[in-house]
Amino acid sequence: MTTMTRGPEALAPPAPAPAGKRRGRWVTITLFLLPALVLFLLLVVAPILVAVYSSVFKWNGFGGLPRDFIGLDNFTRLFKADIFTKDLWHFTVLVLLSVFVQLPFSLAIAMLLNQRIRGRALYRLVFFAPYVLSEVITGVLFSLILAPDGGMANALLSVFGIDSEFLANPDTVMPSLFLVMTWKYFGFHMMIYLAGRQNIPNELIEAAQIDGATAWKTFRYVTLPLLGPTIRISVFLSVIYSVQLFDLIWILTEGGPSHSSETMAVTMFEFGFKRSQVGYASAISVVMFTLSLVFALVYQRVVMRRDVEGAITSMGDQR
Amino acid sequence: MATAVLVAGCGSGGQTAAPQESKAGAAPAKVTLEWWHLSTAEPLKTLWAQRANDYMALHPNVTIKATVLENDAYKAKLTTLTQSGKAPDIFASWGGGVLKQQIDAGLVKDISGDVSSVLGTFTPAALSAYQLDGKTYGLPTDIGLVGFWYNKKLFTKAGITTPPASWSEFLNDVKKLKTAGVTPIALAGKEKWPGHYYWAYLAMRIAGLPALQQAGVDHDFTKPDFVTAGQQLKALVDLQPFQKGFLGAGYGTPSGQAATMGNGKAAMELMGQWAPAVEKDSGKGLGDDLGFFPFPAVEGGKGAITEAFGGGGGLAVGADAPAEAVDFVKFMTQMDQHTKAVAAGGVLPVLKGEESAVKDPNLKVVATQLAAATGYQLYLDQAYPPAVGQQVNDSVAELIAGTKTPEQVGADISEVAKSE
Repeated sequence: MTTMTRGPEALAPPAPAPAGKRRGRWVTITLFLLPALVLFLLLVVAPILVAVYSSVFKWNGFGGLPRDFIGLDNFTRLFKADIFTKDLWHFTVLVLLSVFVQLPFSLAIAMLLNQRIRGRALYRLVFFAPYVLSEVITGVLFSLILAPDGGMANALLSVFGIDSEFLANPDTVMPSLFLVMTWKYFGFHMMIYLAGRQNIPNELIEAAQIDGATAWKTFRYVTLPLLGPTIRISVFLSVIYSVQLFDLIWILTEGGPSHSSETMAVTMFEFGFKRSQVGYASAISVVMFTLSLVFALVYQRVVMRRDVEGAITSMGDQR
Repeated sequence: MATAVLVAGCGSGGQTAAPQESKAGAAPAKVTLEWWHLSTAEPLKTLWAQRANDYMALHPNVTIKATVLENDAYKAKLTTLTQSGKAPDIFASWGGGVLKQQIDAGLVKDISGDVSSVLGTFTPAALSAYQLDGKTYGLPTDIGLVGFWYNKKLFTKAGITTPPASWSEFLNDVKKLKTAGVTPIALAGKEKWPGHYYWAYLAMRIAGLPALQQAGVDHDFTKPDFVTAGQQLKALVDLQPFQKGFLGAGYGTPSGQAATMGNGKAAMELMGQWAPAVEKDSGKGLGDDLGFFPFPAVEGGKGAITEAFGGGGGLAVGADAPAEAVDFVKFMTQMDQHTKAVAAGGVLPVLKGEESAVKDPNLKVVATQLAAATGYQLYLDQAYPPAVGQQVNDSVAELIAGTKTPEQVGADISEVAKSE
């Protein structure tokens, strides 16, 4: 019976729904989308447009809309500014350190805490706890710990004869900042990796072990490739975080000493809120936005292509 | 990304619009006054709160909501709010270029008419920062000057008997203090405004007050005298006179400039009239060991030691504020009330005949200096438009950190001043 009715017409696309029914569906979709759409337009799209608009004006932020149109002058001034070059350099340093030091460290801890060891849950909790703290509290906490005179860090390190100025020295400020960032965020990445690791069926690991693979080879050729999507996501989050890094730096150093720890977001704040050059600050924010957008698109297209395709295929299966 | 705009949006939400009910009815309409100030240290913190309570007791229809923020946070938050086109009903202001920008944007109320009856009670020096083009935009609550606060005990330890009166003596004393194993100067290098005092004073002493004021007009800070000022500051920095880790130190924080000084860990700080209060607030305070001397004269310089640099504080009124706001500002500066703040050592006299209320011997020195001052310069980061003022702070900070030369400092400030 069934084979009889399965003619060619069964493979043809379903006949379009009657016009009235289709319109009803659109009304429903619109109604459901509307609240989110309004919020998105108002809080995301509109500010972006306003920032882009004011970035081509010389404007101190006062008195209605900007009027003094100066074209791309804000941008040429920005690209020529020493501080902006420094910002980009600090951004690059932080990204490289994050990707090549912080993330491998988190991965190692995650692998360790995936073993059956005593107090595993406690360790996970303790390592994740810093992530829950707000950036400001972290900042205040570490400005006390890292105080050059009478801070806890120096008191402890004096045992080894080390005495550092940490955040108060242009040469040590970036490593110190990175240390604080790592303290705060490695637990988060550790959690992502742990979750990713638990999605890998143990059979695969066991099969590798039965085949005689060493622990390192099992990790290198089974676990690591299968963790690929997770790692790619965590790199992505790291980079985006580095672009907009502000709170922690503002509390700890205000970008100093002498701009040696300044980021784009700090520069933007400095010009927008302390110097009343809102047009110029908007130009900085537009550059930050473009940087993030281009990075996100390229990264998704190139690096995460397989992951994204996988998501779409599996979604297709669900249907 | 568009955070600038977003944050600005949030700032405006912070201020609840003051009720605008008409006062035609018999019972006075309920009014809420937003009052922003930055007196975070005692005794003013308590005194000002007390003043607000007293006023509310006298005027039951008025509620005063005070927002009290520390210096840098205050400036940033006020800028955010004013850029969104609003101002608090009553807000602390230093006057000068920053106030002028707010006035130009139509955010500040011209209170000339309302306060004409009391204007005569103020000293002209205190009032001058709040008067522009013959109009009055605020009333002063404090006026003072910046000078060196020093630890007498540590000076004696280093064998210094009298405070230095000339710059070369000063540099010599710094060396003596270092030899005696004492940190000569406490400085908040993370916050840039305390550092700019050094450059400003040196510029006043070397180039002279008229030259500094002229530079504000013709935007030229590259003149040889300004470069010399930078070189002299560099000569001081080269002696390494500051406390360990000063580049990361805040001002009022637990291990900051005021605490270092107040705990007797440094011999001097260059600071305004509020210094003793903050030293006591963030550290132990020095009590009788604390002394004051004016910024020394520089040999061969065009400025005199009697010329003062500093500022005070005052209250301005938002353009849309209800009439009660002006009334409160007048209440704050009434003789019998204001004198209490003077007597407590929180502020210096702004009213004629208030001098006798100054009890603290050090503040008396400041008040006397001020009364005898032959010239007066407002803080550069308040006198100039914000972009120029911040560039002064920033460039001087770079000079102190050793990343910019005295020539570059002048050139950088001039470049920003010309573009404004």
